[in-house]
Amino acid sequence: MSGIDKNSGKKRVKKTEIPRTAIPEQEPRVRATNFEEVSLGYTREQALVEASRCLQCKKPKCVAGCPVNIDIPEFIKALEEDDPAAAIAILKRKTSFPAVCGRVCPQEDQCEKVCLLGKKHEPVAIGRLERYAADWEASEGEAAIPEIAPAKGKKVGVVGSGPAGLTCAGDLAKMGYDVTIYEALHKPGGVLVYGIPEFRLPKSIVQRECEYVESLGVELKLDYVIGRTMTVDEMLDDGHDAVFIANGAGLPVFLNIPGENFNGVYSANEFLTRANLMKAYRFPDYDTPIKVGARVAVIGGGNVAMDAARTALRLGASVHLIYRRSMDELPARREEVHHAQEEGIDFHLLTNPLRIIGDQEGWVEEIEVIQMELGESDSSGRRRPVPVEGSELRIPVDTVIMAIGTRANPLLTKSTKNLELNKWGLIVADEHTLATSKEGVFAGGDIVTGAATVILAMGAGKIAARSIDRYLQGQPLLTAEEEDEIRASQEKAAAGAK
Amino acid sequence: MYKILEKVDYSDDVYMQVIEAPAVARVAQAGQFIVLRINEEGERIPLTIADFDRDQGTVTIVVQAIGKSTRQLQELGAGDNLANFIGPLGIPSDIENYGTVVMAGGGVGVAPVYPIARELKRAGNKVISIVAARTKNLLLWEDRMADVSDEVIVTTDDGSYGRKCLVTEPLKELCDAGGVDLVYAIGPGIMMKFCCKTTEPFGVKTLVSLNSIMVDGTGMCGACRVSVGGETRFVCVDGPEFDGHQVDFDELMARQRQYLEQEKISYDFYLECRGDAQCLA
Ligand SMILES: Cc1cc2nc3c(=O)[nH]c(=O)nc-3n(C[C@H](O)[C@H](O)[C@H](O)COP(=O)(O)OP(=O)(O)OC[C@H]3O[C@@H](n4cnc5c(N)ncnc54)[C@H](O)[C@@H]3O)c2cc1C
Ligand SMILES: Cc1cc2nc3c(=O)[nH]c(=O)nc-3n(C[C@H](O)[C@H](O)[C@H](O)COP(=O)(O)OP(=O)(O)OC[C@H]3O[C@@H](n4cnc5c(N)ncnc54)[C@H](O)[C@@H]3O)c2cc1C
Ligand code: SF4
Ligand code: SF4
Ligand code: FES
Repeated sequence: MSGIDKNSGKKRVKKTEIPRTAIPEQEPRVRATNFEEVSLGYTREQALVEASRCLQCKKPKCVAGCPVNIDIPEFIKALEEDDPAAAIAILKRKTSFPAVCGRVCPQEDQCEKVCLLGKKHEPVAIGRLERYAADWEASEGEAAIPEIAPAKGKKVGVVGSGPAGLTCAGDLAKMGYDVTIYEALHKPGGVLVYGIPEFRLPKSIVQRECEYVESLGVELKLDYVIGRTMTVDEMLDDGHDAVFIANGAGLPVFLNIPGENFNGVYSANEFLTRANLMKAYRFPDYDTPIKVGARVAVIGGGNVAMDAARTALRLGASVHLIYRRSMDELPARREEVHHAQEEGIDFHLLTNPLRIIGDQEGWVEEIEVIQMELGESDSSGRRRPVPVEGSELRIPVDTVIMAIGTRANPLLTKSTKNLELNKWGLIVADEHTLATSKEGVFAGGDIVTGAATVILAMGAGKIAARSIDRYLQGQPLLTAEEEDEIRASQEKAAAGAK
Repeated sequence: MYKILEKVDYSDDVYMQVIEAPAVARVAQAGQFIVLRINEEGERIPLTIADFDRDQGTVTIVVQAIGKSTRQLQELGAGDNLANFIGPLGIPSDIENYGTVVMAGGGVGVAPVYPIARELKRAGNKVISIVAARTKNLLLWEDRMADVSDEVIVTTDDGSYGRKCLVTEPLKELCDAGGVDLVYAIGPGIMMKFCCKTTEPFGVKTLVSLNSIMVDGTGMCGACRVSVGGETRFVCVDGPEFDGHQVDFDELMARQRQYLEQEKISYDFYLECRGDAQCLA
């Protein structure tokens, strides 16, 4: 840290002189053998120091960097004044689940990426402070009971209990609507409960958030597969005045290379569902088995791949992570990549799988890969990896986990009449209102955007709740001011393009 | 919670349960299945809907105890509750008037055949049923099948009842005689495989209902994938019924063996600790 600012020397300690506060973590060697949370969270003292680093910018860039525009300097100010209760109230104006976002948001690409302090120094640890405030509320705060508007006598059905569905349901309940969530699985939470592992997001936190939504009067119907147990059309016929579809994008993608149906090849969805939702890591106390040999190959480079790799590691395997581009393109959160490296995951970058080789009985034995090098840039501006001739190589493995993405599950959409889909099978919804082609039906989260992030799904839930409220009150979905705003920003963008 | 209203043991290992699940019964159709979980620690196990009653809001399952979960389920009776009961899943059978259909059910496979046979009969088909089992006391629902069939042929592997032969023998004879428009074969993988081998030379379309290992049953995990006509399909959402002549049964059966080792650990652990709270804790 060198850049001491001579002009801002009003305070006793210059803010820019304080280094970003490290967060206590379990030792890599210890945590590689357990499923407890890796990151332990700030202590009160640490949170006070970190909060004091914020410059309280007059034009805070960080707020625009957050997809739901949390009033970041304001909540950090409250923390600096040692008033976590005020901080949590400020956070909750914009996010329903600060304990979740503080843990899993890709902060380095959002709020912290544009933090002004980050220009010359390290950005304020916004996510960690958000987490601190939320954890404080859980352990010491008084459960604030929000005001619930008088009953409006209208019923809304929400499909899916992931972050989008939970947020929308909670907001509508507060507005006085009678809300029921229909969830296909036996536990609520969506990806937060079946995908993201315990060591990154403890399930007790997800459970608490779900219970909170229920405490607002939302009815949660589990074991309810929309498209099978009941269709969206039946929901509308059967007393629901509006429906919000937030069923995520949970269809696993395979590479379509030879050998993918050998025993020991998993989709990341299956592997993580067995481990997280079904608690296979506690087999045989829990009935669901999981099979992890001594050597595991994980294909992919996103958060899902990191989660699968680190779960396999904790189940006792040595893990090869195979990704076809380079470290710079790795889409996973930086922190997770760093944690994975610390824990001893073996990264094979610029490496692409060609086929899976099995034995007589149909079990995986090896995976054949080829080295790649970066060639010309493609349309997205990323240099396209191309195979290096003659560089094929075989890695002996017992298990292969495919973590190359997910697509829309057609189960619900196929059973719904007049619902417009795009060519990837995602639901087409208006960007600003989330209205679909079907009267009274709104959609948001991963089923509209494709696999994205928790905070974007949550933001969609908020927009949907607002639109549904206006729809049920017979108002236009966008107010005149909002329409003006959108028009102005579009004109500005068009002018910029010229 | 889903209440078990009735339970009947057909033999040491095979039993029937009637479960209160109005949301499932409301729309259940022949050929579909459910996924259930016994308790908080339980796995999700798929079972075919053997019967349903929309008015009573009940679903009937017929189960063969082969491992931990199915054995533990057998120990529950009327008045007990299941943690979860999800469905109806899978695509219903395509009920049409095909002409003459042969319904071959092996072991507990007879139970899932029953509602399909009933619907096909209602649709005007001539229904010939082959009810097969290893031995007499494993034979299931001969009476119910008789109610919905024009003709019932019973076979046992050991000859303790009906004809002493495998299910494929009468199936071949019926195909030889001609006039069979469609065959349904439901039972263990090996039985379905050989039924398909039997009908293939005659070019008689043969539908099978596959029992791959599953987790969610809604297309989310891919555990249930199977090769059909060289393409990977998900049994839970694309099936469970497929054209048997296109199915790679060897791959299906290999994939069913994925957890043999763990299943044994789980079963032994269960038998050892059954009812012993201290041991389980
Ligand atoms: C392993 C993994 C790690 C991730 N890590 C991160 C991370 O670190 N940070 C981050 O921001 N994002 C991460 N993501 C992405 C993030 O979790 C998702 O973008 C987000 O959860 C999407 O929310 P959603 O509400 O749209 O859908 P989901 O969370 O997918 O929830 C959809 C819900 O709908 C239910 N459902 C589906 N079909 C039906 C039906 N027919 N009837 C009834 N219910 C149905 C599902 O069971 C599920 O509960 C990760 C995703 C995965 C898979
Ligand atoms: C769509 C579908 C419908 C089914 N319908 C019925 C039914 O109506 N009645 C019935 O008795 N069973 C049915 N099954 C099979 C049933 O799901 C399994 O027997 C059950 O999951 C075994 O659980 P377990 O813990 O008792 O035994 P496990 O210990 O899990 O398994 C014991 C043995 O069964 C094999 N096995 C495990 N899972 C399956 C499976 N899904 N299918 C076939 N073999 C398996 C294992 O390889 C092992 O050899 C159906 C399966 C599917 C996929
Ligand atoms: S929600 Fe995410 S992006 Fe927004 S402030 Fe919190 S950590 Fe940053
Ligand atoms: S940009 Fe950074 S320093 Fe400025 S208010 Fe936001 S968090 Fe604080
Ligand atoms: S059981 Fe999960 S996709 Fe079929």
